[in-house]
Amino acid sequence: MPSDGIIAVDSQSAPVRVGEWRRFTRVFLGRGLVIFGFLVILLLVLTAIFAPFFAPHDPYTIDLDSRLAKPSATHWLGTDSVGRDTLSRVIFGTRTSLLVGLVAIGIAASIGMTLGLVAGFYGGWVYSVIMRVVDAIMAFPMILLAMVIAALLGGGIVNVIIALGVSMMPSYARLMSAQVMSIKQTDYVMAERSLGSSNMRIMFQHIAPNCLPPLIVLVTMMLGATILAEAGLSFLGVGIEPPTAAWGAMVSEGREYLLSDPVLSIAPGAAIMLVVFAFNMIGDGLRDALDPRLRGII
Amino acid sequence: MGTYLLRRGLQAVLIILLVSVIIFFTMRLLPGDPILMLVTASEAESATQEQMDALRHEFGLDKPMIVQYFNWMGGVVRGDLGKSILQRAPVGKEILRRLPITFHLGSLAFLMSIIFGIPAGIVCAIRRGTWLDTTVTFLTNIGITIPNFWLGIIFIYVFAVNLDWLPVQGYTSPFIDLAKNTRQIIMPVICMSFFPIASAARQTRSSMLEVMHQDYIRTAWSKGNSERVVILRHGIKNALIPVVTLMGMSISMIIGGAVIMETVFNIPGMGRLAVASVLNQDYPYVQGITLIIAITVVLANLLVDILNGWLDPKIHYD
Repeated sequence: MPSDGIIAVDSQSAPVRVGEWRRFTRVFLGRGLVIFGFLVILLLVLTAIFAPFFAPHDPYTIDLDSRLAKPSATHWLGTDSVGRDTLSRVIFGTRTSLLVGLVAIGIAASIGMTLGLVAGFYGGWVYSVIMRVVDAIMAFPMILLAMVIAALLGGGIVNVIIALGVSMMPSYARLMSAQVMSIKQTDYVMAERSLGSSNMRIMFQHIAPNCLPPLIVLVTMMLGATILAEAGLSFLGVGIEPPTAAWGAMVSEGREYLLSDPVLSIAPGAAIMLVVFAFNMIGDGLRDALDPRLRGII
Repeated sequence: MGTYLLRRGLQAVLIILLVSVIIFFTMRLLPGDPILMLVTASEAESATQEQMDALRHEFGLDKPMIVQYFNWMGGVVRGDLGKSILQRAPVGKEILRRLPITFHLGSLAFLMSIIFGIPAGIVCAIRRGTWLDTTVTFLTNIGITIPNFWLGIIFIYVFAVNLDWLPVQGYTSPFIDLAKNTRQIIMPVICMSFFPIASAARQTRSSMLEVMHQDYIRTAWSKGNSERVVILRHGIKNALIPVVTLMGMSISMIIGGAVIMETVFNIPGMGRLAVASVLNQDYPYVQGITLIIAITVVLANLLVDILNGWLDPKIHYD
């Protein structure tokens, strides 16, 4: 994550204007990996929405007669220890991953950006108080903090989202405050102030929209990290609760049968990798297209 | 410099204090009750309300929260982290026993990220667009993508189960059996260093690319310097500034990775202790472990700031 000092140098980056749209699309869509990322995400979103149609079996039906079945025509990826179809569970796991990832990052970004906006705009002791708290939260390894919060709240999808949202908030607050501090010095903000606009109006109508480009990049780039973190929590047993299909938990469950049925662990892990890779590629492309100067900062 | 260090040091102390407040009150304000966990762990039905109250009293959990906090911090300052609710043993002693194990693995992973990550990034930047750059960049993209617990499981499947080259799991002290220890830590260390290596390489590559376009690099070329001199003397030093910042942050990532990797490879370090005590809601353990980890991270970042000041004369301490 960026440190305050480095961001300040590059935060003069101009927001995308309509005239730059062509350049943006050319750079952004000019890369094979970005297109690949988009196609994968599109496919996964469709899979998540239409999971019941794609899944060959019900992901929750227990069938003890065909437990730990090897991959076959009926069960393409075999079945788990209670006979549930692995492929169907991987397909339904898409819902969990995307839902948790998107909502958690939404929470993290909105809390973080609001705090950063207030801190950067008012400066002084408001800045000091908010940023020291943000520093303190950043002192915890993200996965550890999320684990503590999720375990205390008692697991489950909503609690995991809250835990990840809080733990991932600090980087947005930092980037936002750095952005706001440089933008509030610009002429158009000064002009607005001299016209007697209220602080709220200046903050939300004039400063916030102009801070967005790097934050959009950060959101995209952190989506993959959030999905990885959710998988990690579920793997450790403090995340999504069984029987809900979650990739991290499936990798963990499959670990016991690694010797006989490695597919049980490998398949959900491959799914995690695919979705994270796709989001990372889109994030990289977006960063280079929106503002090449952000390279190396976010 | 002196006053800067002092101010930065005070700020670090303040952050650590805030960390202690956050972790202490988060544990107590969120639902979850260690006494309930303790009672269910032994005999669920037979425990009466009086017995539970007695337990609460024994661990001081019946006192007002603020009093509990100052009791705890009073102990911490004297080097006493309290005693475990589940095991009733001193927390500090157990943490001290496990700390070297996590430090051993973590420091090796950190070293790997410097030894492999930074040179890989430099080579990619100066050979931009070649097959070498394309390959390494693709690998680093995989490196920041792959879930470490999954990688660990695949490693176990391939190298321990199928090929039988390395032991599946466990940890032996290097002072007891160095050869066994080395064989046991190869897989965990590689898995832990995957992400830090990849992110160091990505960061180095992009900041090196940025630096190589600067005017002073063109000047260095035009003076007729060799490639080696331009890159080593002028390029790398400036490109390393954001990399050093990232390395500071990667310590937090490596500790986070240790939490998961120690679980996968059954290594009795701090990370596995953290998972176990979080699941048991053993307040003193969770508080002690997170506080020590946060102090490590804060100190690492302090060191990074000082190092960056030395690398970059443009940073003024005022």
